[in-house]
Amino acid sequence: MSTKVNESILNDEIREHQKENRIDHMKYLPGMEVLDSDIPDQVITAMDAYDYDRYTDADVKAALSHEVCTVEDFKALLSPAALPHLEEMAKRAQQETRKHFGNSVYMFTPSYIANYCENYCIYCGFNCHNHIHRAKLDADQIDEEMKIIAESGLEEILILTGESRKMSDVAYIGEACKIAKKYFKVIGLEVYPMNSDEYAYLHECGADYVTVFQETYNSDKYETLHLAGHKRIFPYRVNAQERAILGGMRGVGFAALLGLDDFRKDAFATGYHAYLIQKKYPHAEIAFSCPRLRPIINNDKINPMDVHEPQLLQVVSAYRIFMPFASITVSTRECARVRDNLIQIAATKISAGVSVGIGEHLEEEDAKGDGQFEISDGRSVDEVYQAILNVGMQPVMSDYIYV
Amino acid sequence: MTLTVNGKTMQCNDAVTVADLLAETGYKEVYVAVELNEEIVPRENFKTCVLKENDVVEIVTFMGGGSQEYKKEEDTFKLGGHEFTSRFILGSGKYSLDLIEAAVEHAGAQIITLALRRAYQGGAANIMDYIPKGVTLLPNTSGARNAKEAVRIARLSREIGCGDFVKIEIMRDSKYLLPDNQETIKATEMLANEGFVVMPYMYPDLNVARDLKEAGAACIMPLGAPIGSNKGLCTKDFIKILIDEIDLPIIVDAGIGCPSQACEAMEMGAAAIMSNTAIATAGNIPLMAEAMKDAIAAGRKAFLAGKGRVIESGAQASSPLTGFLHD
Repeated sequence: MSTKVNESILNDEIREHQKENRIDHMKYLPGMEVLDSDIPDQVITAMDAYDYDRYTDADVKAALSHEVCTVEDFKALLSPAALPHLEEMAKRAQQETRKHFGNSVYMFTPSYIANYCENYCIYCGFNCHNHIHRAKLDADQIDEEMKIIAESGLEEILILTGESRKMSDVAYIGEACKIAKKYFKVIGLEVYPMNSDEYAYLHECGADYVTVFQETYNSDKYETLHLAGHKRIFPYRVNAQERAILGGMRGVGFAALLGLDDFRKDAFATGYHAYLIQKKYPHAEIAFSCPRLRPIINNDKINPMDVHEPQLLQVVSAYRIFMPFASITVSTRECARVRDNLIQIAATKISAGVSVGIGEHLEEEDAKGDGQFEISDGRSVDEVYQAILNVGMQPVMSDYIYV
Repeated sequence: MTLTVNGKTMQCNDAVTVADLLAETGYKEVYVAVELNEEIVPRENFKTCVLKENDVVEIVTFMGGGSQEYKKEEDTFKLGGHEFTSRFILGSGKYSLDLIEAAVEHAGAQIITLALRRAYQGGAANIMDYIPKGVTLLPNTSGARNAKEAVRIARLSREIGCGDFVKIEIMRDSKYLLPDNQETIKATEMLANEGFVVMPYMYPDLNVARDLKEAGAACIMPLGAPIGSNKGLCTKDFIKILIDEIDLPIIVDAGIGCPSQACEAMEMGAAAIMSNTAIATAGNIPLMAEAMKDAIAAGRKAFLAGKGRVIESGAQASSPLTGFLHD
């Protein structure tokens, strides 16, 4: 088990809190749907057994020569031995991306409608102990926000809230989906994990994609990072994608927050988790995000530890080669230079005109709440659109219909 | 009284039993299964089951399938709890019975397929006499046109006493003999529920393969080309998808016309090869059986070894994709 600690996240207050007693993070809380699935165990067992130092130069070359990337090949591609082959990996990833997506790059923007949060995730700006300005948009404000965003030409929206069932209940998120449906063709959700009947309700309201970041698949580490709140319950979170699919969602997104723990193991677990879900639910669409840790309000020194740009490219390329058909999103956590290059290699989806605060598209100052993290690509929709054209790619606003 | 036996009317004395009928008509009891008015007569009841006026009796036996001594080797594959070292399933049709033993021996086969047919009156030579001991018999349901018929044939086959294996073949098309995937799924479910080790022959379709697995199949047997055509791996890309996606042994059945094609299928990860016509129509049957065995073994070894890489020629990109990276 990895014992890597990202010191940049910690401060004296958090260190004190980490010493206090906490609830059992492996035990479901009342009201949480218990899913009888063997997928999490399979993922954790395989991740624990993954010894990336065992892979050699020859393993990496062999992996790159195979037409279909096996689980073993995926492990080799994520190993340190693959780093000297990054150019070849990128080339192979690019071929796979072209094969499955041509030169299309999908555009979307996140809309943060509330930042109230009951969780204590020590690296996140929204955490309930962080003193930030909290806000929640009402229906009129959501409508106004969506309308303004839609005027930019975007057709896909990602609705986000902080994780507070009390302040942002399922009915509230459902209303937001219904409003969004008036302005957008594609609606994704990045909210707290919920039960399958609740996902079914939100699907009815117009949402089709659910993304839940697992952050880290190392449950011991997870426990020391998520000190309180529903999110602390590891098995409930790890089964969220499966519940979303059972609720009728068209697609599900996976991510480890790179830099929290041993990124190679977390990237492997993320890919393998998605692989097993796709195998069990072949109709489901699969998406990856590849977030690296970023500074937050009240802690500007948070960084992704040993996940530098080459390692990020390695992870993204490995995801692409392992699951060539998956959607890969590149977040505004990365700068314009990195994003514009990743969409030419492996990423297929990029956000634009991004604000990670509440109501920032609105005129009224009272509506606004603070952001989740510091973004590093503040370009507008038009600027990103043009940047995509400039590298010879094709911006696509949506390519499917809700059914 | 009048009876219908295997479709023909015949006269016989009153109060005859099934055993009497078999003796009178010259069938060997041990090799047949008997249906009386479409219900199986358990073989222990042959002597007590008395026939009545207008009964319809169906007497069936196997046509055209034993083996080398079982050698425990590490690379085995499992079917319904049974373990095999040979990855060559031999068909037994289209060649003379006296060549079967030699073919089985040269093929090193541990499984041989058999077709259930009406028994010939007079106790003609029976294939069972020619199959070496220790070979697993795999009755197929050839001749079935739907799931119901396949189930009936499978039950009769089991009744002869050759174990729980059954290969489902359902053809609704007599020209190309292509398998009916939908009916095959239905038959697989019914027979798996009855405890059979079900080996369904199918047209390689991923969704159907998933349904077959769900229905309880022990393996998937996609065709490489139309049966008997010897055309090879016409469906190669689709079989590869099954190999990559389905967690069951994928046994390529039908179409394999020569050893190189069998080798190719094994190299890409097939668990075994089922072949009949390629051997039955060869100039020297035992020699072709042996060539096929060697090719299957070579392909399997290549798969286990992991294929070497192919060096691609061509220019390198002038502006490397990783040139943008900082750190």
